[in-house]
Amino acid sequence: MSGPFHTQLLNLACGLFVLTAVGVLWRRELSALIGLLTVQGVALTGIAALLAVDVGSGEAIAVATGVGILKAVLLPLLLRRVLRRVPEARETAPLVNVSASLLAAAALTLLAYAAARPLVALGPEPTAHAAPVGIAVLLIGFFLATTRRRAISQIIGVLLIDNGIAAVAFLATGGVPLVMELGVSVDLLLAVLVLQVLTTRLQAAFGDTDLDDLRELHDR
Amino acid sequence: MTPTVALHLPLVAPVAAAILSMLIRRRAAAWIGVAAAAAILLAGGVLGATVTDAPAVVSGLLRADALTALMIIVIGAVGTVACWAGVHHLAAETTTGDHNADGGRRYLTLVQLFLAAMSLAVLADNLGLLWVAVEATTVVTAFLVGHHRTRASVEAAWKYVVLCSVGIGIAFLGTVCVYATAVAAGAHGTTALDWTHLVNHATTLDPDLTRLAAGLILLGFGTKAGLAPMHAWLPDAHSQAPAPVSALMSGVLLSVAFYAILRYKTITDAVLGPAYTRTLLIIAALASLAVAALLLIAQRDYKRMLAYSSIEHMGLIALGTATGSRLAITAVLLHVLGHGLGKAVAFCGAGQILAATGSSRITAVRGLAGRHPALAGSFSLALLAVLGLPPFSLFASEIGIARAGMAAGHGWTTAIAFALVLLAFAAISRHSAGMLLGAPTATTGGQPVHADGPRATAILPLAVGLAAAATLGVTLGPLQDLLDAAADTVLGGHRP
Repeated sequence: MSGPFHTQLLNLACGLFVLTAVGVLWRRELSALIGLLTVQGVALTGIAALLAVDVGSGEAIAVATGVGILKAVLLPLLLRRVLRRVPEARETAPLVNVSASLLAAAALTLLAYAAARPLVALGPEPTAHAAPVGIAVLLIGFFLATTRRRAISQIIGVLLIDNGIAAVAFLATGGVPLVMELGVSVDLLLAVLVLQVLTTRLQAAFGDTDLDDLRELHDR
Repeated sequence: MTPTVALHLPLVAPVAAAILSMLIRRRAAAWIGVAAAAAILLAGGVLGATVTDAPAVVSGLLRADALTALMIIVIGAVGTVACWAGVHHLAAETTTGDHNADGGRRYLTLVQLFLAAMSLAVLADNLGLLWVAVEATTVVTAFLVGHHRTRASVEAAWKYVVLCSVGIGIAFLGTVCVYATAVAAGAHGTTALDWTHLVNHATTLDPDLTRLAAGLILLGFGTKAGLAPMHAWLPDAHSQAPAPVSALMSGVLLSVAFYAILRYKTITDAVLGPAYTRTLLIIAALASLAVAALLLIAQRDYKRMLAYSSIEHMGLIALGTATGSRLAITAVLLHVLGHGLGKAVAFCGAGQILAATGSSRITAVRGLAGRHPALAGSFSLALLAVLGLPPFSLFASEIGIARAGMAAGHGWTTAIAFALVLLAFAAISRHSAGMLLGAPTATTGGQPVHADGPRATAILPLAVGLAAAATLGVTLGPLQDLLDAAADTVLGGHRP
């Protein structure tokens, strides 16, 4: 099933994928951020599924299913559990305000297209041409993790980085082998579980999850 | 023991010990953990004897060549010292009621899984599996860093997991780039990320994408290896973890992450030539040495002092790798082993000093030699080993790295690097002289857990570790051939 319709669907999924990342910078309610991350997970699953249909192998379909369960169901569920335990609804004072963040997102997207040239040059297929989208989301994730102060925002930043890399893997290579995807997914799930527990411990030790309070450790 | 058994033992032994730790009494479980670490060391020895003059041992996704065997020996040796010291560490914490039985069980289980993850990282032929194993070390050590649940240790654990996850994420992107170029060159499936396949087909890889990948890999695994400027998590995590865990993290985990860089260097050098990685590594090496030397001068906490000393040594290892000659790589690999042993003993000793004095501040520890002579003796010998004085092997390996640097025409770089090493040397000796000699003070910063000092049996693992480090400095014996073979592997002259 390869044709203009297929390519359009792929472009739609890629567009949704970037837009959700920009949306994460735009919104401040933590529950809205988790919602956007869920949509992004669905978009990523869409990319994986379209490529799997393209290849038509059972392994690719298994990978796409796994990605869908992990990114669109399990991880958002875990984040909602954190949010229930740590009742802080909003990102109060990000280090960079929303409009500046959106400008930064535009700049980062341009940078992504420049940085991903060797990846795009690899093949003539439309999929490889969409690979910069993944790098853009990765850079936006970096930006989010460095400029937000709530623990959950930082976890979402890490997850954006991971989604971005996963998208690059799908678009540039058609997806990493099943064994590796399995290991990567288990690691990611465990890492988020660890961060979930640590968030509750942060809350217990510091009273809230404002990362600016982390000042116990320094050199003098 | 057949080579195939030795190939699987470093994974099976610690996983079995981890399962047992959840079931049996804690004291027995702690000793089984020591046995598992010793089994890794034994397997490393068998693998080393097998592959020094013979082809690599391969089975499924696992593969052991000389470099792997050497790293397994490092993991086993440091693991044995750290687990042995851990037996006494746990016993000391239990008598003071510092943590409950569940905490002890979790500690033992996670330490064994940590050893298994590191073994998997060096045994994996597949670079994807290598990445998965290195990321797994972050996951299992997170709760070990945050073991004490104080504000400081929760903060350290948070920074550790976030920074290392991001760093290792970058390494994953690098892995994906390598996969992309290998697939474009005609490989498919899991084979496309097999190290042996990539080394044999290096000429078919796309240079532009490989250059991108090499940078990302160095940045990503460099974060985990504690190279500046990606080192910010290291002093916090290494100072807050329980002492035996710090010993494993500083002594082995950093080198395992650097091992990944060595594996990729073999591939990228074959595609791009050595100049590109060399430049990046020299920048990272000098930055690490500078950061370590400057922050050591005004250091007030002795566990952080040891952590910065690890950054210094990773800088030296990066410098030797940048030089890239056979002498340099051999010295680097010897440095990995010597630093692992010396730093493990130093951290375990620091843990016992912390238990005896109740404070990790340098000024709170005075006149240790008078009060706890055995502990002070082993701690100071460990510091001498880490500072690179004879008879310890770091002396030989540092001279090797310096000589190789000079011979390769990197005179200025080597001179600057060793000036910084000298600065670090002066800072560490000044701080530790006060701790060890100095006039004993009555007032200490905190509540001592064990004011009467550690028991004689607790010193034994430290003494064994020191003896091993000193022996390596005097004679390498059969290890010489293994080191040479491992250096050849890094340089791309590997045997099929």
